[in-house]
Amino acid sequence: MYQGKAFCYGDNVDTDVIIPARYLNAPSAEELAKHCMEDIDTAFVKEVTPGDIMVGGENFGCGSSREHAPIAIRASGISCVIAASFARIFYRNAINIGFPILECAEAAKSIKKGDLVRVDADKGTIQNLTTGEEFQATPFPAFINRIIENGGLLPYLVAKQKGGAAK
Amino acid sequence: MGMTMTQKILAAHAGLDSVKAGDLIEARLDIVLGNDVTTPVAVDVFEKAGFTSVFDKDKIAIVLDHYTPCKDIKSAELCATARGFAKRFDITHFYDVGAVGIEHALLPEKGIVGPGDLIIGADSHTCTYGALGAFSTGVGSTDMAAGMATGENWFKVPAAIKVVLKGKLQPFVSGKDVILHLIGRIGVDGALYKSLEFVGEGVKALTMDDRFAIANMAIEAGAKNGIFPVDEQTMAYVTGRFTRPVQVFEADADAVYESEVVIDLDTLQPTVSLPHLPSNTKTVDEVKGLPIDQVVIGSCTNGRIGDLRAAAAILKGKKVAKGVRCIVIPATEAIYLQSIKEGLTEIFIEAGCAVSTPTCGPCLGGHMGCMAAGERAVATTNRNFVGRMGHVKSEVILASPAVAAASAVCGAVASPYDMEV
Repeated sequence: MYQGKAFCYGDNVDTDVIIPARYLNAPSAEELAKHCMEDIDTAFVKEVTPGDIMVGGENFGCGSSREHAPIAIRASGISCVIAASFARIFYRNAINIGFPILECAEAAKSIKKGDLVRVDADKGTIQNLTTGEEFQATPFPAFINRIIENGGLLPYLVAKQKGGAAK
Repeated sequence: MGMTMTQKILAAHAGLDSVKAGDLIEARLDIVLGNDVTTPVAVDVFEKAGFTSVFDKDKIAIVLDHYTPCKDIKSAELCATARGFAKRFDITHFYDVGAVGIEHALLPEKGIVGPGDLIIGADSHTCTYGALGAFSTGVGSTDMAAGMATGENWFKVPAAIKVVLKGKLQPFVSGKDVILHLIGRIGVDGALYKSLEFVGEGVKALTMDDRFAIANMAIEAGAKNGIFPVDEQTMAYVTGRFTRPVQVFEADADAVYESEVVIDLDTLQPTVSLPHLPSNTKTVDEVKGLPIDQVVIGSCTNGRIGDLRAAAAILKGKKVAKGVRCIVIPATEAIYLQSIKEGLTEIFIEAGCAVSTPTCGPCLGGHMGCMAAGERAVATTNRNFVGRMGHVKSEVILASPAVAAASAVCGAVASPYDMEV
């Protein structure tokens, strides 16, 4: 269960604005997080507090394959990302590193900056506590849920190799 | 139900008779690729998970191309991590400064990838190898780590858009114009999660360099992959390079496509993408005269010998306009050498261009040509997002090598048709 205030962005938020390439040689997630979103929202890193929720429109995370993008968002304190749709590499990367994402066009359209939002990632439910609205995200396929439940792709593979094959 | 070309390659690598769009499969990998930005993150993940061996040292490619020759100490540290991993596991296809090229020009050139392969790369433009009739797609560093450890990964079988190419390109119109035109028509998420399968009689008239440029930018339409059928040109290209057995897959006659787009190559005009999305396309004639500060000719999209020839044909005997910086970057050492042998490098230098050793550099605002606030470039690269080539208030216009060269000479966005060649 995650709860926090919403930071809202539009369609086609690309990985170059999530974390500009000039910082990709940063040695740690914390260093990356200092520059998250700075090319479109310089206030983000100052205002974000642990647990806050990022909301995007269509094709969130398009562009480069850099896993630094979900890593930077997570390290900034954001607990999960809600979007109308995700670019496919960002979608894979978030699942693979065990970072919660929810696909829900209605929520993405309705939630406004600063709204207090509560997310139950297991059930896929999104509540806007500011307006009282509730939304249901598109459920993940069972296979992807197994990766998420194990905390990411590598922990899933390790569990699988050990024969514990992960629920 | 028939399968697309992509679906057939995926089914073969998953050991299945057939697959359909939406199926989740686990498939065998022929090549796993990473670069100096993504490999260090993969190494970290690989080691933290406790893996102590790679699945096959001959099937991993590590190419140090993004910030090399290293632009600063942080970049040098990243390269040292990747280099150390390559040494530890005796990675066969490891390329460092002096031998390195931009990964998506280098792997086909060295015959590391070929028709029928299934390739993942921790770089979004890995989709380039679809030009060879392979399934190849960009992934993140964790996927790369998983691939290096196990030789397998998971895939959602994509639906497909059929792109029917008709006719033949006019002089000065190239593969780059085809793909920019297509992205302009369908949008940056027009092919989200899908394959772009290029078919039709127009395919045979496209050079391999045209096909590489087209497949390379499939990702800019959100596509999982872009793919071309294997024909005589493909076979001529891979012969003498690719040493594994060639596997030719063809789409079934009754393959299912979600939609169809027809492109008439005969009437296609030189096309550019204005800031800040690749889908923001215009014909060059619509935006001629827009002043520029920089031109970049190179990248994994357009740094091949055919691209350099197209640029040199326009720059020959001319000068880059005063106040414009023109940077030419051959994509591999072999292309660099060929460019010297053919006299292209001399043409560039005499025109007033800076010619660089292979690097991704300016394409991602890394080094070798970052821009200041208020500056504008015409570039043969693949992305024009906010801040992509430097300052957040700089602008990139995407174009073909011919348009870029004409623009360098004119000091403004220009059409190759307006040049005396």
